[in-house]
Amino acid sequence: MAVAEVQNHETTLKRKKIRFSPWRPGPFVLLVPALASIGAISVYPVLLGLWLSFRDTTLASPTDTFIGLDNYRQIVSDGQFWNAWVHTIQFTTASTLLETLFGLMIALVLSERFRGRGIVRAAMLVPWAIPTVVTSKMFGWLFDGQNGIVNYLLRSVGLLQHSVNWYGSPDFALATIVIADVWKTTPFIALLLLAGLQTIPDSLAEASVIDGANAWQRFWYVRLPLLTPTLLIASMFRALDAFRIFDLVYVLTGGGPADATEVLSTFTYKNLFSALQVGYGSTLSTIMFITEMVIAMIFGVFLLRKMREVGQ
Amino acid sequence: MSNASNVRHFQQRPPLVFTFPSWDRVLIYLCALFIVCWSVGPFLWQMSTSIQPDRELMSATPHIFPYPITFEHFVNIFSGKSFHRYIINSTIVTITTTFLCLLFGSIAAYALARLDIRGRFAFLGFILGVSMFPQIAIVGPLYVLGSNFGWLDTYRVLIVIYLALGLPLVTWVLFGYFRSIPKTIDEAARIDGARPLTIFFRIILPMSLPAVVTTGLLCFIAAWNEFMFALAFTSDVNHQTVPVGIANFTGLHYVPWGDIAAASVVVTLPLVIMVLIFQQHIISGLTGGAVKE
Repeated sequence: MAVAEVQNHETTLKRKKIRFSPWRPGPFVLLVPALASIGAISVYPVLLGLWLSFRDTTLASPTDTFIGLDNYRQIVSDGQFWNAWVHTIQFTTASTLLETLFGLMIALVLSERFRGRGIVRAAMLVPWAIPTVVTSKMFGWLFDGQNGIVNYLLRSVGLLQHSVNWYGSPDFALATIVIADVWKTTPFIALLLLAGLQTIPDSLAEASVIDGANAWQRFWYVRLPLLTPTLLIASMFRALDAFRIFDLVYVLTGGGPADATEVLSTFTYKNLFSALQVGYGSTLSTIMFITEMVIAMIFGVFLLRKMREVGQ
Repeated sequence: MSNASNVRHFQQRPPLVFTFPSWDRVLIYLCALFIVCWSVGPFLWQMSTSIQPDRELMSATPHIFPYPITFEHFVNIFSGKSFHRYIINSTIVTITTTFLCLLFGSIAAYALARLDIRGRFAFLGFILGVSMFPQIAIVGPLYVLGSNFGWLDTYRVLIVIYLALGLPLVTWVLFGYFRSIPKTIDEAARIDGARPLTIFFRIILPMSLPAVVTTGLLCFIAAWNEFMFALAFTSDVNHQTVPVGIANFTGLHYVPWGDIAAASVVVTLPLVIMVLIFQQHIISGLTGGAVKE
């Protein structure tokens, strides 16, 4: 009873404080700096980009008129755009699948208790912390066509007869970029999935062991279904991120050789800052924005459905 | 490497009753060893490259262990390419960004976690949604705005952009942390007559120091590593940041791999050391506190 009285007393106090608070405009004021920065730097430019996508603005000449959907029409018949589009989809699919798969395998290893687990987890943060530009240069050196150590190692173990010009040849360049991205991002996915695995109570796995489930059944029927929401969230973030890949491609290959690694971000960037076609570039970036939002929504709906299934 | 010694350790000193480690234990240690080599190997090779003379780097058989050792690449990048300029620029931009991000983000997170805000989850959802915007979608329009304001080739344009890009993460992580602090603490202070901001700066913020430090580190790393905006908005050595500097390292006739490796080591080693020191906090910050020891 005493507790209830104190609580009562506190709530009246609180109400009184708020009523006579000098913060008349309310706690919203505290959100203003953050919301203003986000609004000015993220929301407004997206809207400005939409507006520019209907214009033929260039930075090279003073042309700046409303041209309706001309930019969009031009994109549909732009072979370079579709080339970049195909590479982006290839890259996004390959890297998301590989990273989720390897990430899951690593997370399963790390969910076991063993000595030195902390060291493994710490080591996994190294690729994540390294700047992407440094990663590009690092893989440029590892996969160098002449003196790269990867060529040397593969030749020493007999997997290769001759050195391969990895990112210098149109056949292997995109694959090299996928490898670099897998190296850099898999550990992060693994940590997210590990977090998901650790929220699954041990008692469930133990119960299935008592019921005679083997390791594979324990994984397939107990842990995987419960991990599905986390898996979907992790792969969605990965897919969104992979779709806008820029740094790795721009620094490692610059979109070459012979446009073999040109992706939508590098193509858009070149239109904006090399050709100075602000209108056309904004159309490209608006299309990318819409695609990303659609990907996010599809995953969101999928996720909600899965969560409902698991919840029931 | 330490895992290799762990495996040996495990075999040499068995538990009281001798049992040969079962095959799945061996498999787990092998996997762990592989993960460590895979994660750290490329960077170790970069470190080894940075202290090998060009002659050795261009030889037919690479040397894993550097011999002879040289520091000419480190001398090159500072004397020939004034790499310190990029480091100074990056430091100014990154530290200012981190400070502002923590200030604005923590205040917003406090208001959302603690004060009476209607529709707080709409705000949080909005902030999360914005963080998913592709950056390529804003770089063009921002460039037009920046050039109208005369803000190209300045520190402030990068600071303002990185601030907005970092805020969603800071707000979300700190929101989660502030919610975990018992409400009775605020109420006690409020009874003593403290205003919301006083409570925040004098009580909640000091209590959350570990979370604030971790979030600050995440923010720092993001700003330190950012490339595209720095590339678009700066064009001279007086304002370009480290990633742009490294990206522009190309020789006239050959690629200076040794110099690139030296520059990579200089800018990455401090990050790697910081990350290893704070690893436990970073992992819980990145995964919402869900990874247990």
